[in-house]
Amino acid sequence: MDWISPRKLNRLGMLNMNRRNVDYIARYNERSSYPLVDNKLKTKLAVAEYGVRTPRLLQVVRQQHEISGFRQMAEDLGGFAIKPAKGSGGKGITVITGRDNDEYVKASGTRITAASLERHLTNILAGLYSLAGTPDVAIVESLVESVPTLARYSFQGVPDIRIVVFRGYPVMAMLRLATKASDGKANLHQGAVGVGLDIGTGRSLNAVQFNKPITLHPDTGLALENIEIEAWGEMLEMASRCYESTGLGYMGVDLVVDAHEGPLLLELNARPGLAIQMANGRGLLPRLRTIERLKRPHFTPQERASYAMEVFAAL
Amino acid sequence: MTPRSRLPFYIAVFLLIAAGISLAIWRHIELGIPWFAGEQRPVWMIEARVDFDAENGPVLASLNVPENPPGFRILSEQAASPGYGFSIIEKNGSRRAEWTKRDVSGRQTLYFKTQFIPDESAINRPPNPEPKARRTFWEEPQATAVREVLAQAKERSSTPESMTRELIRLMQPDARTQNTTLLVAEENYLDLLVDMLNHSGIPARTADGLKLEDARRRQSLMPFLQIFNGEQWLTFDPNTADQGVPESLLLWRQGSASLLDVVGGDNSEVSFSMLRQTVPALQLATMEFDSNGLGFLSFYELPIEEQSMFRMLLLLPLGALMVAFMRIVIGIRTSGTFMPVLIAVAFVQTTLVPGLIAFLSVVSIGLMMRGYLSSLNLLLVSRISALIILVIFITAGLSIIGYQMGFNTGMTVTFFPMVIIAWTIERMSILWEEEGAHEVLIQGAGSMFVAISAYLLMSAPLAGHLTFNFPELHLVILGLILLMGQYTGYKLSELKRFTPMKVYD
Repeated sequence: MDWISPRKLNRLGMLNMNRRNVDYIARYNERSSYPLVDNKLKTKLAVAEYGVRTPRLLQVVRQQHEISGFRQMAEDLGGFAIKPAKGSGGKGITVITGRDNDEYVKASGTRITAASLERHLTNILAGLYSLAGTPDVAIVESLVESVPTLARYSFQGVPDIRIVVFRGYPVMAMLRLATKASDGKANLHQGAVGVGLDIGTGRSLNAVQFNKPITLHPDTGLALENIEIEAWGEMLEMASRCYESTGLGYMGVDLVVDAHEGPLLLELNARPGLAIQMANGRGLLPRLRTIERLKRPHFTPQERASYAMEVFAAL
Repeated sequence: MTPRSRLPFYIAVFLLIAAGISLAIWRHIELGIPWFAGEQRPVWMIEARVDFDAENGPVLASLNVPENPPGFRILSEQAASPGYGFSIIEKNGSRRAEWTKRDVSGRQTLYFKTQFIPDESAINRPPNPEPKARRTFWEEPQATAVREVLAQAKERSSTPESMTRELIRLMQPDARTQNTTLLVAEENYLDLLVDMLNHSGIPARTADGLKLEDARRRQSLMPFLQIFNGEQWLTFDPNTADQGVPESLLLWRQGSASLLDVVGGDNSEVSFSMLRQTVPALQLATMEFDSNGLGFLSFYELPIEEQSMFRMLLLLPLGALMVAFMRIVIGIRTSGTFMPVLIAVAFVQTTLVPGLIAFLSVVSIGLMMRGYLSSLNLLLVSRISALIILVIFITAGLSIIGYQMGFNTGMTVTFFPMVIIAWTIERMSILWEEEGAHEVLIQGAGSMFVAISAYLLMSAPLAGHLTFNFPELHLVILGLILLMGQYTGYKLSELKRFTPMKVYD
């Protein structure tokens, strides 16, 4: 058994779950704003007003009888993603990349019948994936086509970028790459690779899988040390703009870079995890406290993003 | 936005905890509720037996019974006498047990049982109205002798107590002078003492005491002398002048009333048997609730059925405390927040090993069946409902099979909350599909570990005793849970989880 002493963790400024819940989420996130974030459909509508773009919405399945309509719509689509509106942690998201006769092909390459897709929709409507087990709606979105420069690092599945935004300031970011272990999902606890990104430049710092440092992607074998995200400043500004649209003081913003559309917002998270610190090899606390101590907060997303790029840059 | 000060919160929590503890201590002192379940207290059971020959007619037997003897508290009183009407009557400052019957003949025996608790703190209230000394008329030559003896005693004393002691000494056979010899005849010695003390202005009376020895029968009362010193009655041994009541002495009769009167009978006598019992302190306390009116504070006033329900209910906060501790401070992952507590409550009813076997077998059979359900493409609500019915089938099957095979453990399955089991199976099954068997094992083992810890805490006899008899201690538990809710430190599991960060330090 290997342990790290609490003193060392404090020196690193690691934010732990209890402190995150008590000092940040409970203090800076209004309960009334949660539905905005916990419901992807509401999120899409809310951020659209602030010029934050999201993947195109193809259909919303609200009732059991609308599922047959889904079948007709899916007939002439190449690929799409089905998501429960209130799902969390990537649960219940099914990504279809193509068709094979009567069957659909999932991102992982496994085939799935139309009947089981419909059962999946039924489950979503019954609230199987929603946070409190409440009835839910299913949203069908167009497939995100990742930029090739990033896509080659990921093993089936779209690489996305998680940025923790505190009171409108982007404080920490990481790139999440799917692996064979994570079944095309970008969740770190399922085995995706997390690559810490320098807030100042958008360059990779170091990478972890299952909380252990790695240097090569386990499936694609590519080195993870020289990744650079394009249009980094624009992405930070976009993440910062989400603060205006939701008013959540402490949240995680998940972005993807689409080959045609540019940066898109995938979802917001009111309870961003702690794994981002492991990917960065740095604790969140010093940065959060820097912002809490600010005498004069900046009022525009551009100012906040550039302040963050200046102050939180890795030396 | 400035962070709110936490000081008021901590003060409130401190007040909660302090209130809980001080209430408990107050009730322990005031009502004698013991801290531990098995505490025993001595109780003296004294049985007065009245015998007399009835004379073919109506009978009224009246026995003086103790009111508040110094050093003891009365716990219970009962009379056993077939066919007699019975009541306890307060008559000018003394209590009397009265038996009545219309038509009686032959030898009669009546019993009166009392339980006494030794209690040093039993206070004697000052008598009301204040007793007065009564002058006695003495014939000559006694009058002169009394005057002389009293003058002698007064000479050597300063207070009523010392006066009494001196007088008793003067009347002892070895110190007798002509005066006292003239006065004292053996049989009237105590009455003479009382009269003389009254004559000198000190209110005095006789009292009868019982020497308490375990398992003695046919004891009779021993006479004592009591004087009033202006505040309270003091007891003296009339032969040795020792002041105070010896520890093992119970004053059965105080005051001037007679011990036993029988109207309609003769050859009456009264004798006493005694027994030292040990009674659980708790039972004592609850018996006293009824008498001193503080019972409304306790659950013992409730019907037995509700009491046993509350016994279980009041254990829940302990389970909740355990779950809060395990999740917040240790960081164990469980399937569902309070599922472990409910399972632990079931364990309390089934005992651990049979309960564990039953629970695990139901859940594993249920998981197998759930595998089939998931291929049926059901809506969530109907799937859970179907699962509940299946779980009931499984428990029924296990019970019947277990019973046929001669195990009683099968029967214990029924204590588990069916809906909770169904939800547990559902959650575990989804977890299995999404995260794989590894996560199911981790969360299942975590839930079981927390449930067993909560069970061990809840099944401790002391825990059951304290939660039920000192409900106010739940304020302390509440305070602790509130404190934990403000804990922002690292969880034990995080020290493991963040280990890779060592590299960057």
